[in-house]
Parts: sequence; C-alpha cells; structure tokens
Amino acid sequence: MSAVGHATVAHAHDDHGHDHHHEQTFITKYIFSTDHKMIAKQYLITGLLMGIVGIAMSVLFRMQLAWPEQSFWIFEALLGKWAPGGVMTPEIYLALVTIHGTIMVFFVLTAGLSGTFSNLLIPLQIGARDMASGFLNMVSYWLFFISSIVMLSSLFVEAGPASAGWTIYPPLSALPQAIGGSGMGMTLWLSSMAIFIASSLMGSLNYIVTVINLRTVGMSMTRLPLTIWAFFVTAIIGVVSFPVLLSAALLLIMDRSFGTSFFLSDIFIQGEVLSHQGGSPVLFEHLFWFLGHPEVYIVILPAMGLVSEIMATNSRKPIFGYRAMIASILAIAFLSTIVWGHHMFISGMNPFLGSVFTFTTLLIAIPSAVKAFNWITTLWKGNLQMNPAMLFSIGFVSTFITGGLTGIILGDSTLDINVHDTYFVIAHFHLVMGISALYGLLAGVYHWFPKMFGRMMNKNLGFVHFWVTAIGAYGVFFPMHFIGMAGLPRRYYTNTAFPYFDDLQDVNVVITVFAIITAAVQLVFLYNFFSSIFFGKKATMNPWNATTLEWTAPVEHIHGNWYGEIPSVYRWPYDYSKTNENGEYVIAGQDFVPQNVPLQEGEEELNH
Amino acid sequence: MTVFLVIIVIALFAVTVWQMSKIFELSRGNHTDSTQVANERDNKINGYLMLMFVIFLYVISIYCFWHYSKFYLPEAASAHGSEVDTLMFISIALIMFVQVLTQGLLHWFAYKYRGEKGKKALFFADNDKLEFIWTIIPVIVLAGLIIYGLFTWSDIMNINEEDDPLVIEIYAYQFAWRARYSGEDNTLGKANVRFIQGVNQLGVDESDSYGNDDIIINELHLPVGRPVVFKFRSQDVLHSAYFPHFRAQMNVVPGMITQFGFTPTITSEEMRNSEYMVEKVGRINGIRKDKSKELMAAGEVPLDSYEFEYYLLCNKICGQGHYNMQMKIVVESEADYNAWLKEQQTFGETMAAQVEVPSVDMISNEKDTLEEELNEEGNTETELE
Repeated sequence: MSAVGHATVAHAHDDHGHDHHHEQTFITKYIFSTDHKMIAKQYLITGLLMGIVGIAMSVLFRMQLAWPEQSFWIFEALLGKWAPGGVMTPEIYLALVTIHGTIMVFFVLTAGLSGTFSNLLIPLQIGARDMASGFLNMVSYWLFFISSIVMLSSLFVEAGPASAGWTIYPPLSALPQAIGGSGMGMTLWLSSMAIFIASSLMGSLNYIVTVINLRTVGMSMTRLPLTIWAFFVTAIIGVVSFPVLLSAALLLIMDRSFGTSFFLSDIFIQGEVLSHQGGSPVLFEHLFWFLGHPEVYIVILPAMGLVSEIMATNSRKPIFGYRAMIASILAIAFLSTIVWGHHMFISGMNPFLGSVFTFTTLLIAIPSAVKAFNWITTLWKGNLQMNPAMLFSIGFVSTFITGGLTGIILGDSTLDINVHDTYFVIAHFHLVMGISALYGLLAGVYHWFPKMFGRMMNKNLGFVHFWVTAIGAYGVFFPMHFIGMAGLPRRYYTNTAFPYFDDLQDVNVVITVFAIITAAVQLVFLYNFFSSIFFGKKATMNPWNATTLEWTAPVEHIHGNWYGEIPSVYRWPYDYSKTNENGEYVIAGQDFVPQNVPLQEGEEELNH
Repeated sequence: MTVFLVIIVIALFAVTVWQMSKIFELSRGNHTDSTQVANERDNKINGYLMLMFVIFLYVISIYCFWHYSKFYLPEAASAHGSEVDTLMFISIALIMFVQVLTQGLLHWFAYKYRGEKGKKALFFADNDKLEFIWTIIPVIVLAGLIIYGLFTWSDIMNINEEDDPLVIEIYAYQFAWRARYSGEDNTLGKANVRFIQGVNQLGVDESDSYGNDDIIINELHLPVGRPVVFKFRSQDVLHSAYFPHFRAQMNVVPGMITQFGFTPTITSEEMRNSEYMVEKVGRINGIRKDKSKELMAAGEVPLDSYEFEYYLLCNKICGQGHYNMQMKIVVESEADYNAWLKEQQTFGETMAAQVEVPSVDMISNEKDTLEEELNEEGNTETELE
C-alpha cells in the first residue's frame, strides 16, 4: 500500500499552487479551459440542458399515450409538420422515444453524471492539482459538446431523426425504406455517437491514469473515498465496452453506406430484394449489448459512489462495510461484462446461451443486495442530517431496491419470455438506472454545489424538489409494472388498435399526470440551480463537515486547487463520530476527522 | 373512473404542495439560520416525511395490487404457461417480501435516527458476521430461483420432435403476419425472399415439392392439445412474435429461422366464456360504449363492441405501423381445425390457378393489386392518413 504512496511523492511536493498568477482571458477561463473544475461545470450544464430536452420529449410522448391521437397545441408548436393539426404522428412518436432514450442514457446519465463528478472530484478527492492531462480533458468535453450538437441537429432533418429505438437494431436502422428516420437522421445519430465514444474514451483514460498516478502522499487505494472507487471502475468499464459500440456503429455505417452485409441478409422491402446476403442482426444485438449492459453500470456506479459518500457524511457515520462496498463495485463491474445476453433471451440465439446468461445475471443481484443492505445499515444509529443531498441519497436506495428487485424477474429467461419488451421492462429500468441515477446526479449537485460554485443552493426549494419528485417517480413507474404484466408492449404509438388494452387507458392517464407533475417540479430545481450560481448564499469551506480532501481546498477556484502544499492523507475517509476509548470524539467537540489530520494521541487506526 | 383517478392524483399533489409550503413557512420564520445546511427542524420535518413516504409507498403498492392485478393476463392457455406463472408468482411474492422489509427499514431508520443536536452517531464501520449473512441469504435464494428457472427454460425451449408437433411458419413483414401451414406432409417447403413474385408473396420455392401442400393464410388456427412448433421468418426488419396468452415470444429475424413451440390447452371458446374474460370484456365494452357516445355526439363513427379473440402481436419496434401489427389466433377442437384447414387453398393450387392466366400484363397487374392488398392488411395507409 505504501508503495503506491511513494510513487506520488514527487508530484505532491512540487507545490506550484501559489506561484501561478498568469492572467486568463474569458476564452481560456470559461470556454477552452483545461481546469478540471471548469470542465466539470461545463459537463454539468451541458448535461442539464440535454436533460431538459430529454425529459420534455418524454412528457410529449406520455401525453400521446394517455390521450392517443388527440390534438394539443403544444404538439403543433413544438413538432410542427410532425403534428398536423396538433395530432402527433407515429413517425415522430418513435423518433421521440428513440432520442429520449439516447439523450438520457448517454448525454445526461453518462456524460452529465460521470463526466461532471469524475472531473470535479477525482483531483480534489485524491489530492491532485488537476487531471493527468488537462488538454485531453478539454478535448473530451468539446467532443462531447459537438456530439450533443450533432444529436440535436438531427431533430431538424427533413425525414426526421433516428427512430429505430435507442438500441438502433438493424435492419430497421439500416434501411431508410423501412422508416424515414433511418436516412439522414440515423447517419447523424451514428456520427454523434462515434464522437461521443471518442470523448468518453479520452475522459475515461484520463480518469484511470489520474487515479493510479496522482494520489497524494498517504492516499492508498484503501483510503480512497468510495466516489473515487466508483469513478475509477466506471472508467475501466467504459474503456472495455465503448470501443465495441464504436465497432458496431462502424459496421452499421458500412452496411448503410457501402453495401456491406454485416447485419443484413435476405431482405425484401418495397417491392425489391436487396443484395445483402449473409449478415445477422443478432450479431449487432450482441455487439450493442456488450456495451449496452455495462453502460447501465457506467450510469449507476458513479451514482452509487456519490450516494455512499453523501450518506456517510450526512449520517455522521462511516459507510458500513467499506471493503465490502469496494468488493461489490468490483464484482458488479466484472459481472456487468458477462451478462449482456439477458437482453437477448428471445432474440433467436441458442437457448443454452440463455441459461448461461440467466445464471450470470442473477449472480449480479448478490453484490447489489450487499450494497443495499450496507446503505441501510449506514443509516442505523446515525445522526441523520436531512440535507437535500441526503434525501436524494435515501431516495436513491429506495428506487434502486424497487427497480433492482424486478430485475430478478427479467433476468430469469423463463419469465422474460412474457414480459420482454413490455412496460414491465420500462418500469424496471427506469427505476433502477434512470430514476436512481438521476437521484444520484441530483444528490451530487446539491452536495457539491458549494464546491463547484462557491455558493449554497436553497435547501427549502431542495426539499420541495425532492418530495414531489419522489412521489411523482413512484407514481409514474409503480403502476407501469402492472400494465406490463398485462402484456402491453412498449414503443406502441397508441394502444387503441387492440380493444383488449382499452381498460388500461386509465392507468396510462394516471402515469402521464404524475409524469407531467414530476417534470414540472424539475423547474424548481433549475430555478434553484441557476439562481444560486449568482445569488446563492456564499459557502464556507466545509459546509457539510465532511472528511474528504476537497473540503480542505479553498472556496475560490484556483489553478492547482490548494494554496501551498497538497495535503497529505493519514486516515481513511470515513472517520465520522469516531470516539476514543473514553467515549469522547477523537477531536474534542467535532464529530469528524478530516483525512489530512494525523492520527491523534491514543487514537487507534482501525483497519477497515 | 379516469376522472376519479385524476382527481385523486391532483388532490395528492395539492396536499404535497400544501405540505411543502408549510415547510417553507416554518423554516422561513427562522431568520437567524440562513446557512442552507439542514437544521434540527429540517431534520425533524423530513424525518417525519420519510415515515409518511414509506406509508405512501405501501399504500400505492396495495392500491396497485388491489385494483390493477385484474389486468394480469388470464390463466395461461398453453401447457408450459402454468409453470411460467408459478415461477412468476413465487418471484413476485419473494420480491414483495424483500421490498416491504427493506423499504420499511430504510425509511424507518431515516425517521428514527433523524439528526438531533448533541446526538452521537454510532461508529459502526463493519461487521463480518452481518455481511456474511446478507451475502449468503441472497446466494441461497437466488440459487433456488436460478435452478427452478433453468429447468423450466430448458423444458420450454427444447422442442420434443417425438411428439410429432404441427409445423407452422409465422411470416412477418411490415406490418402484418402470415401463417404457412406445412400441409399433409408436415414439412414446410423451402423459401427465400428471392422467390417472392406475384402471388407467391412468401417466397416459397416452387421447385420444392414439399411446398405444394403448404397453406398460406392470414389467420392462425390451432388444434387444442396438439404440440405446435412455430418457425419464424421475416421479410424485412426485426419483428417479435408475442403470444401473451400462451406465454410465448420469439424474435423474427430476417436471414434466419427462429423457432418456439407450445401446446395450446384452452380453446378460444373456453377462454371467451371464462369468468375472467367475461368480466374483462364486459368492462372493456362498458368503456367502449361510453366512448362511442362521445364519438356519436361529435358526429363520428361509434366503436364496435369487442369480443375476445387470442392474438399475436409484434413486440419489436419495426416501423411506423408497429403498433397495429396483429393476427387473430383461433384455438379450436381438432375436428373444427381439420374442417377449417380443408377449406383452404394450398400453395400448389394457388400457383396452378396463376398458370392459367396467360398474359404477362395480367401478372404485373396482379402484382399491383397484391401490393394494394398488402397495404390494406397492414391497416396502416388508411389509419395514418
């Protein structure tokens, strides 16, 4: 352990923080910044803006589902020619669900969540001046920005944006004859994702290198906060799996534009046989889900890390089972790469493979269960400080459990047969990786806002935001399980073609009403966020009385993070409410001991 | 009912907003504290709200199970279906047990241990015994579920050829289904999209003698109690053949043949007259009647009343008509089935009838009308305009 510490000595002593006073122009400070704190803010704000688009889309198609084929002025205003007379067309419905999925999964919950907090917290929490490569970091953000622009621009294409579902299974996504969105819209989708993957890889490599090489003196791997463990492992999964999506996208581009047949075979469409021969759409599914499944852990692991950290701080207790938490992150990461087939039980692949994937998939429930129990135990006998970040963290555990449990049904190939691609799946993954990851993101924003902007967010608005969101999220997704159990398929423009589903309509109305309320209350958050940047109460250095290193850095942002020397680390990050044998706090009158405080006299370093 | 539910939701929302505003007022009254860090009052209010929230969670669960469990699919109409349903029932019971317990603990702790000034949290960093217990319990429970699931899965997926299953091809295209019965030889003729021409819409190879007695039809009839194996073929994009009432589903993949087998056990007639279905159809027709009244008041055509039929639907996004890609399924007695089958024209007969038409123009005309027919069956052109 100390060997790792030595490697960082040289860097830790080059205290260059105080002698950097070169003037920065607006452009180098706010736009092409190489400072990790500024890049984190850029990621966050871009992610939030994309989130507004993604959530607004979901409100639109939820309205169509609740009141099918009815006219709304807002459809006409926002969708234009895609909603003649205010009635949404099937084409744009499919486009909306596709782009909603893409934006939320990649642009909000991958870049917005992991991009923001990895950038902000890795250097600050491990005690580094900046990322290993500030330039690469800047390029990573700007590629992300470009890919966002390309994705949004696809909304304005003549034949419509990509509409083959966010999973873009060919042949539907390969043939413009099959659906309008598979023309220019899909080309832009693929280009955008290719740029996004490049961005993600640059970011991930940077995170990995930084965590391995730039830890301050004493910051051994087992003294890392769980946030850093989560970001580190997330980055590794990203490096392992994103290239596979890139290759799938490249092969698809070749099938689309250069007449190859990787995924296409024996197709007769619009009165003619295509020349493609010998490809297999199932191959695409394998490649897609080889990324696609780890992707959901790329989304949820950072949220888990943030939640662990926030929960310990606000419970005034160490996180329960620190090593078990690390072990379960590693186990989840490993298993996440060998479970992709559970998306394909009925894809036509060999049923024996289905058995294997059922086995590995249900295994992943074990580390997940350990984590959930450990979070609950962390609350036990704590002294819970109900800050908005804490509320969202508790909400995270709640939705993660609710959503995770139904995974036991979906991960079982036998049961998957009848709920596959129904609303049951929608309810499951929205709770377990959508809502949970969003809660993680929001918790992180509330908690680290003082670190990012030097000001505090309004807590009362935070409480309103949390409680309405918490009720709304369950209101949307809990009833959704039941219409899924009724066999209602996803991605249906309207359910009126099947009179059998007529009695589910009321449930759809309830869901939509909850969705609109929940979406509306996010405006409270946006108001709070943007107004606090400028008018929030000035933050103190360590408002939450936390132990990790970022709270030893000054409130104002300086290049290099700390004036003078980088703090050294003497203990693990969770010395909350630690007492000596006589029952007194280690530091009298203070229920936390920051990581940079050396062991006190008579204090025992418990080996966690 | 809709109005009632909407009112409940709005009322709940109103209560929430009211509660929120109360919190607002309470904390605004305290001018000395403006740190934006939760104080004792915040801890207390939010602690109580946590307790209320878990009650809300229980109430919404009970409400959903009470009112929405009627939407569950009826008793499985296939031989393997009841096993799936049993496993589903066990899983749901287990899930709900864990759900109630863990959510209860989580929110109870959040309430019970809400922060107070001077309270000392317990420094409790780990406990091997506890962690071992909650690792091993999921291991055992999941092992049970995995084993049960895997046995059922291999039972379902391994098609027993010795039962002499009826071979039927399900053919998918944007946006409708066709069924091709294998005829007396119970063997499907070879087929490929490259043979599609004129009335040979499924691309059956005319030179393959097995294909002559094949019967192509757009309605699926199945004899009750006889194992059926479906061979799925797609003409254009991915589709998924979903038979919800039979607990069966398989993707339909262009360029390859996928398969799924099951034995229907309940005839359409029996299902229609089952208690469940009588109630459900009654409910649906009530809704349709109300809607029809509104439609007629607006001068539009009223809805037909609904009678239950099994259906096959597409469950993999396949284009703009995806939401209406369905085929009727009729499960009937062996005798009825045979009588029905006898009336149908075989592929050989269809093709022979074509040969009698001499002129080339006629064939191309034929193709046009066929395409029109295809479109109409897709039901999309008319609906979407």
